Amino acid sequence: MSFSRTRVAAIAVKELRDYRHNRFVIGTMAFLPLIFVAAPVVQLLTVSASVGSSKLDSRVGLSLLYMLLIPAIVPSTLAAYSVVGEREQGTLEPILITPIRREEFLVGKALAVAAPTITIAYAIFGIFLAAAALLANHVIASAVFAGSHVLVQLLFTPLLAGWSIWVGIAISARSSDVRVAQQLSVLASLPPLGIVALMQFKVITPSTGVALALAAALLIVDALGWRAVAAIFDRERLITGTRT
Amino acid sequence: MTGEPAAQALGGASSAAGGASSRGGAPDRSALVVEHLTKCFGDRVAFDDVSFEVGYGEVFGFLGPNGAGKTTTVRTLGTLIAPTSGSATVAGIPLGAENGPAIRARISIMPESPGLYLRLTVMENLQCFAGLYELDDVRGRIERALRAVNVVDRAGDPCGSLSKGLRQRVALARALLNDPAVLFLDEPTSGLDPVATREVHELIATLRERGVTIFLTTHRLEEAERLCDRVAILNTTLRLIGRPEELRAQLFRRSLDVRIRTPLDDPQALFGAVGEVEGWERVPSGYTLAVSAPDIAAPAVARALVGAGAEILSIAESRHSLEDVYLELIDEDVEARRR
Repeated sequence: MSFSRTRVAAIAVKELRDYRHNRFVIGTMAFLPLIFVAAPVVQLLTVSASVGSSKLDSRVGLSLLYMLLIPAIVPSTLAAYSVVGEREQGTLEPILITPIRREEFLVGKALAVAAPTITIAYAIFGIFLAAAALLANHVIASAVFAGSHVLVQLLFTPLLAGWSIWVGIAISARSSDVRVAQQLSVLASLPPLGIVALMQFKVITPSTGVALALAAALLIVDALGWRAVAAIFDRERLITGTRT
Repeated sequence: MTGEPAAQALGGASSAAGGASSRGGAPDRSALVVEHLTKCFGDRVAFDDVSFEVGYGEVFGFLGPNGAGKTTTVRTLGTLIAPTSGSATVAGIPLGAENGPAIRARISIMPESPGLYLRLTVMENLQCFAGLYELDDVRGRIERALRAVNVVDRAGDPCGSLSKGLRQRVALARALLNDPAVLFLDEPTSGLDPVATREVHELIATLRERGVTIFLTTHRLEEAERLCDRVAILNTTLRLIGRPEELRAQLFRRSLDVRIRTPLDDPQALFGAVGEVEGWERVPSGYTLAVSAPDIAAPAVARALVGAGAEILSIAESRHSLEDVYLELIDEDVEARRR
């Protein structure tokens, strides 16, 4: 029996339907990023057009850092709920007694978290760009629209989301309490953001090479994440609560 | 007994997971073969050295007190947890991690708790599981499963709005979706009121009449007696297995219950004089007489009592329920542990 896209889709569609029936899930997911977009927009609007280029870069960089917080933090609570939440509501066992493989279950869960996360992150970034274009001084807007900034945002949004999702699911698969899983997951989503922050603040000299290397590392982590999480997904422990 | 698949029972086509022939549904083969199966969690033994067979089309009751290992046995046979030792064949496939998905495609387990997604509708719940089983003709299968459990009219309702009994029915419909070769029902009436319990019993009886192989774990003895062809009593180890009447015969001698208006002056003299009576004891309602052939002993005892001037209220063969069998065994275990 090979990896089944049908089973992955069944899990992902079920999750998305659950979000649709409980709109607060997506509503609260989007609420925090809306606050995040306010602060950087205010920063852009308050910076003087005559400010020096290094200070301008710093302000823009800080604003864009807020944008990168979104894909890193937003999926963590949903991802942390994915396994332990099913277990707590008593729905994990019926799922696991079907022919589904743990990898299929995990990929289905990850896709269901990734879809709203990436949609929200890009939408918020769109709002930020629109605000910069319409409201900010043209010098500042030009700095925001500099090719590398936009590219970094577009590239790193799904990569950071992937990291946070896999870390969250991994924590969820090993936790016995949703609240603990969600708190740990938020913390665990931060390390890659630290690297991005160091780059934004030029502690690590930002260059195309560094960005690509970081992106490649995240890509590898994301691509292998499902295998790593599958390895720690212990069906027996999840069902019986005992360690094997 | 035949290996008629559940889909046939529901009036549908055979499963994507394999039809009756590919399931080894031939009458001469067993749906379940369990040999010396043991499961331990660290030092704690969940069940030990359990062996039995279940034929296709059989309704097999698995009885035992709480903590006896019933659910763990089901989970082990369903490949959710690995046995510590022993072997089993489930729906013709050897039990093992590598065969997990194949076994799970051919069986269904209805856990004690329905485990439905309460915000999703009944239809959405079943669509999800149809996808997990990679079934074809999803709409048709769901309709047949819902019809089998009489909840077609609630297909569009969120599961959270259903009563406990209806949720149990939906869980049963979910378990029937993949046309299982073996259907495991784990305490299907646990927590249900009498009306809902009766409804679930009727559904199981219907499936039984249609030849679905059912492995029913329960601690409701009247449920097992009413629904099961054979029962096994588990209390960590398998204590007894057989048809309910066989278990009664195995554990209890045949006897007559004698009720008379006033106690006898000398029961030993009276009953001792009746050759068919092998022993007697005084009980609150009268006397219980150990006999080999109640049909022959009853008239002889009646004649002796009438001859002694006793006023007979009733003479009847003692009836031992499955509950008597069960309690006898469990009491033995309790006594053994005390010693």
